[in-house]
Amino acid sequence: MKVRAQIGKVLNLDKCIGCHTCSVTCKNVWTSREGMEYAWFNNVETKPGIGFPKDWENQKRWNGGWERQRNGRIRPKMGGKWRLLAKIFANPDMPEIDDYYEPFTFDYEHLQKSPEMKAMPTARPRSLVSGERMEKIEWGPNWEEILGGEFSKRSKDYNFEGVEKEMYGEFENTFMMYLPRLCEHCLNPTCVAACPSGSIYKREEDGIVLIDQEKCRGWRMCVSGCPYKKIYYNWDSGKSEKCTFCYPRIEVGQPTVCSETCVGRIRYLGVMLYDADRIEEAASVEDEQDLYQAQLDIFLDPNDPDVIAQARKDGVPEAWLESARKSPVYKMAMEWKVAFPLHPEYRTLPMVWYVPPLSPINSAASAGKMAFKDDMPDVRSLRIPLRYLANLLTAGEEEPIALCLERMMAMRSYMRAKTVDGVIATDVAERVNLTPEQIDEMYHIMAIANYEDRFVIPTTHREEAEDAFEERGSCGFSFGNGCSGGSTETNMFGTPKKKKVQSPSAFLTEGDPS
Amino acid sequence: MAEFLNHLVFGIYPYIALAVLAIGSIIRYDREPYSWKSGSSQLLRRKQLMVGSLCFHLGVLIIFFGHLGGLLTPIELFDAMGISHGAKQTLAIVVGGIAGIFAFFGATLLLHRRLFDPRIRRSSSFSDIAILLLLWLQLVLGLATIFVSLDHLDGHEMVKFMSWARGIFTFQADASSYVMDVHPIFKAHLFLGLTIFLVFPFTRLVHMFSAPVRYIWRSGYQIVRSKKAAL
Repeated sequence: MKVRAQIGKVLNLDKCIGCHTCSVTCKNVWTSREGMEYAWFNNVETKPGIGFPKDWENQKRWNGGWERQRNGRIRPKMGGKWRLLAKIFANPDMPEIDDYYEPFTFDYEHLQKSPEMKAMPTARPRSLVSGERMEKIEWGPNWEEILGGEFSKRSKDYNFEGVEKEMYGEFENTFMMYLPRLCEHCLNPTCVAACPSGSIYKREEDGIVLIDQEKCRGWRMCVSGCPYKKIYYNWDSGKSEKCTFCYPRIEVGQPTVCSETCVGRIRYLGVMLYDADRIEEAASVEDEQDLYQAQLDIFLDPNDPDVIAQARKDGVPEAWLESARKSPVYKMAMEWKVAFPLHPEYRTLPMVWYVPPLSPINSAASAGKMAFKDDMPDVRSLRIPLRYLANLLTAGEEEPIALCLERMMAMRSYMRAKTVDGVIATDVAERVNLTPEQIDEMYHIMAIANYEDRFVIPTTHREEAEDAFEERGSCGFSFGNGCSGGSTETNMFGTPKKKKVQSPSAFLTEGDPS
Repeated sequence: MAEFLNHLVFGIYPYIALAVLAIGSIIRYDREPYSWKSGSSQLLRRKQLMVGSLCFHLGVLIIFFGHLGGLLTPIELFDAMGISHGAKQTLAIVVGGIAGIFAFFGATLLLHRRLFDPRIRRSSSFSDIAILLLLWLQLVLGLATIFVSLDHLDGHEMVKFMSWARGIFTFQADASSYVMDVHPIFKAHLFLGLTIFLVFPFTRLVHMFSAPVRYIWRSGYQIVRSKKAAL
């Protein structure tokens, strides 16, 4: 057993209101730069839909994640090392920018500079890549917002596997949910495995997966390797970039920007202890539906004295063990079993987990055609098909999802009885195999969701990692090259260089209506 | 005068070019690692790149190693192995010709894409376009030399280049004299080749040094960095 700690994350989809505050604050902090306009380290998708980039869940097309070979070992789905290197000159598994969307701006300046005309001046879109006029914007990072677009297109959603999807195209039966997505900071990341330069690495102390910007050569295999398509190639710098889990914030004990600003308070951050020796074993189980359980099995109980002793031996700081015992992520994933990994069948052992959403019961059920168990409807009669959620979160296994939804409904029922009737409904708790105390805690953490309960983040022990004396006068966070951005502002004779990159509006001549 | 010019271009210029290549690359690698990259534009446009890049790279790799082996392997080794100069010349023409056509086809596609696709054109630096033009021109010159070589299949011209290259690397002061009387197309090809060496560190060509062959024997798949280990 080798104990490692990681800051894990849970997103409670039951409370996500799809406001995109996470995406926008993330973008403002991390990707508002040339070359990264199209990149959203965090994005919110409306499901069902094909997502961003288009069709990302279809690994038959993109070959992301891992596959289990006949001999029981796993290798990246895009191929072993030789096969992967053979794709280096032209990578057939990589999306084109149009699969994300062509980034654009509008000619705002035209609104001010337009001469007197018969028609109102308009701000027309212009590509941020080529600087050319875009007659029509065809796609964007959130094109399917709130079920936008035809059902025939959205229903290509991979999670409809095994679901009779036709009926969900009807207005009366339609359903939707939000899915905020970010890098999963996997225990078994394919991006790391696929990087020929070895520039992507997982940090031992907190599990954050980062790209060394000075070592990245832009071979772009990681873009294909990541099944969540959460690595973005910066077409300006020629390097890949990804969600950093806001590590400068995490290191000082602050939540990530997306978590901090989450309006619905759906995001939880907490320490998970896991057995690093058993990662490969867990990722290699034969049946895809066992992967969820296999990942649960390598998580370690932070209250177990053996685990604590081994963790101390492996150098996990005391504060981290303390945080692990209070971790909301551990409680939701392990104790209450209400959080699940996103697409465990990719065999990456993701560490951003999701609480599936409850949904209104179908009209058929409310019309009396459906059995209620006590005061709770059967979770199979909920508007979002169980199988759909299972395809998303447990590789199609419905039982764990059903139990989770039952528990969440039991929590509501129990609390209703407690606060309205003043009764402790132990029977409700027992029916879902929880104690009243557990439900109280569930309610406290998942419904009340106080800041200090959502984010239990120990600080990094810098004193073990670096000599502060050597860090003096250094740049802190930068995109490589120490303090230099890799470009010089003056030419070799000291005069300013001609500006190469101009904003699209610079190409507008005065009064040009095009 | 002609002799002096010949010595300048083929006796002194090679050392300047190689020195800039070596020192320039080291400085760039050390000081500007963020700029060290392949500069792929596949994300912006797949069209023409999938075929173009594959043909270009495969062709150029064969040509590169062909030149390396052909020019720098001691002639005595070929003699000892019983490979006649004529046979070696024919081999060079056939293999180099086929690979050259592949590379030329690929480079043409890539050049067309780089110049005429607005997305690629706008995101290209001066050096991106310049180096592709130089390589394309070099491929044209290289292919053109085949027609000259067909006139002397016995390989005596080829031996001149081998002697020259060997002379440069063994610091023979009169190395340039070997190529004094060769066909101007050869001279142009040599000069442009040396120029490509010269500009190498200032272009995306540096990604050649980072060819990720080490990936093949990197043990396992995962990489974990520990801060503690660094201390």
